[in-house]
Amino acid sequence: MARYIPPKQSKIGQMIDVIVLLILAIGALYIPLWMGLAGSSKTPVPQTAPTWESLGQNPTMVEKWNQLGFTDPAAASDIITARFDYSFSTGSLILMVVVIVGYFVMMVRLSDKEYREVISEKFGDR
Amino acid sequence: MANTTAEAPEKLGLLRVLGPAHVWALGVGIVLVGEYMGWNFAVGKGGAYAALIACWFAGLLYSCVAMIDSEVTSTVAAAGGQYTQAKHIIGPLMAFNVGLYLVFAYTMLEAANAITVGFLMDEVAKLTGHEGINQDPFIILSVMFLAWLNYRGVLATLTFSLVITAFAFTAVILLFLFSVILTGDSPMRHAELMTDLPYGWLGVLASMHFGLWYYLGIEGTTQAAEEVRSPARSLPFGTLAGIMTLLIAATLTWYVCVGLMPWEYLGQAGVPLFDAARLSGSTWLMVLLGIGTLFATLASANGCINDASRAWFAMGRDHYLPAWFGAVHPKYRTPYRSIIFLVPIALIFALGAPLDQVITFSILSGLLGYTFMPINVILFRKKWPLDTIKRGYEHPFHPLPAITLITLCSVTYFAVFLGYGTQLIAMISFYIVVSLWFHFWRYRFVKRADQFTMPWPRPRGY
Repeated sequence: MARYIPPKQSKIGQMIDVIVLLILAIGALYIPLWMGLAGSSKTPVPQTAPTWESLGQNPTMVEKWNQLGFTDPAAASDIITARFDYSFSTGSLILMVVVIVGYFVMMVRLSDKEYREVISEKFGDR
Repeated sequence: MANTTAEAPEKLGLLRVLGPAHVWALGVGIVLVGEYMGWNFAVGKGGAYAALIACWFAGLLYSCVAMIDSEVTSTVAAAGGQYTQAKHIIGPLMAFNVGLYLVFAYTMLEAANAITVGFLMDEVAKLTGHEGINQDPFIILSVMFLAWLNYRGVLATLTFSLVITAFAFTAVILLFLFSVILTGDSPMRHAELMTDLPYGWLGVLASMHFGLWYYLGIEGTTQAAEEVRSPARSLPFGTLAGIMTLLIAATLTWYVCVGLMPWEYLGQAGVPLFDAARLSGSTWLMVLLGIGTLFATLASANGCINDASRAWFAMGRDHYLPAWFGAVHPKYRTPYRSIIFLVPIALIFALGAPLDQVITFSILSGLLGYTFMPINVILFRKKWPLDTIKRGYEHPFHPLPAITLITLCSVTYFAVFLGYGTQLIAMISFYIVVSLWFHFWRYRFVKRADQFTMPWPRPRGY
């Protein structure tokens, strides 16, 4: 196999590549936060005039809350009642499996195509 | 300009001076912060018992990681760790992805550490009667200081890390001894504070998400492969000893924390070990764990800057990224452009995103890396069976560890999906888009044969 000579990239081309990567990385990680879609599944259950008893706390727990600076049960109410919502649809679970498996299958296949070029140039054609 | 760039000849080898103890210290140094913050979100996702079960299953996952990684690393004994392994065993695109996993796992961990520094300063200010301080200057200062330290040279950086890691580890042990064993009237109240599983067994699965945080980063020991005197002995020994150390430290941390505070508080606490020391009733323990938290976060962030910048630098040197990043500082011999470039990225997340989200981004990148490992070792054994090249270490029971690892990774994806599914899809989408960008655009700048540098025979099937 003839040795592949890569083109030389200009300074501007290098800068554009870095900017593209930055936008993709920050965008992918920040878009869920900006759209309010991230970590929103843990929500408190508000109580009117909560007491330690209504919040299900025994005397030892109350003592610990007090030591942690929560002397008023209303201040600790949101922390105590907040729960994750683990309900999910089969469709979203299937979507997750397809995305993850699809990603790895695509990557291994495309990598293999590139790898064959590397091996062919390194060891010569068979 | 006297920079040494990627084009310059560089045949100088790294010095082989490290032993198993150094490998142990390198791994534990980055990871120990996981006992000081972050692990407790596993309590929030499934309750106290769920976090303990997650801790042990995550320990099993990392034992598989260490066994598999040690075999491949003892053979691919070159700097770059999993990135270099992927280049030789699977191909350039996989290597590009693995490089990004390393950079994002470590940069997000660095951001999480900086957030914790700010949070700790806020807590200390409150305890001394100063409410509502601005945390941002502490976050910025810690990242900038550590980046400067890394810019100036690796020896000072590693020495700094070793000293503060030893202090932070000792603080965890002392907290356990003085609040559980060496005290007449123990403040522990396990019987009154422990509850049933609040989400049932589904919560146990969900808590595997943050269970990884107990150990995340231990695989960074392979980055030192080129500097270890006897990789075949030191890498498996040092890494497995590190995991055992962390397993013990994690169990002690869990035991102390769940015996001192209600699980609902613990599940969302920013600095749980510091809170545990406050509740122990001892002022000196509180001061010790406050300093321990600060040191653990700084040591971890320091190691993260070191590892992330080297992965970014390696990709620049191989032209997977613009070659401009492949420059070495003419005086300090550090990858200074990569170090500086990653500083604002860490700060953007440290200043703008909640701690649990930043930790999730780090865990997801780590998890993708662990999913790569079983694929990697199966292809490694297929392309170069045991009789074709000599391994420094052969991991036993192949392919059982690989199957166990991929099963536990699948469970952890499901755990992240429960509560953080949007981030999971967003992050995988990012890796799909950048993979296409690399394959159809960036790969044209990569020299093909230069990607294979090991003195191995031609792989079978190629």
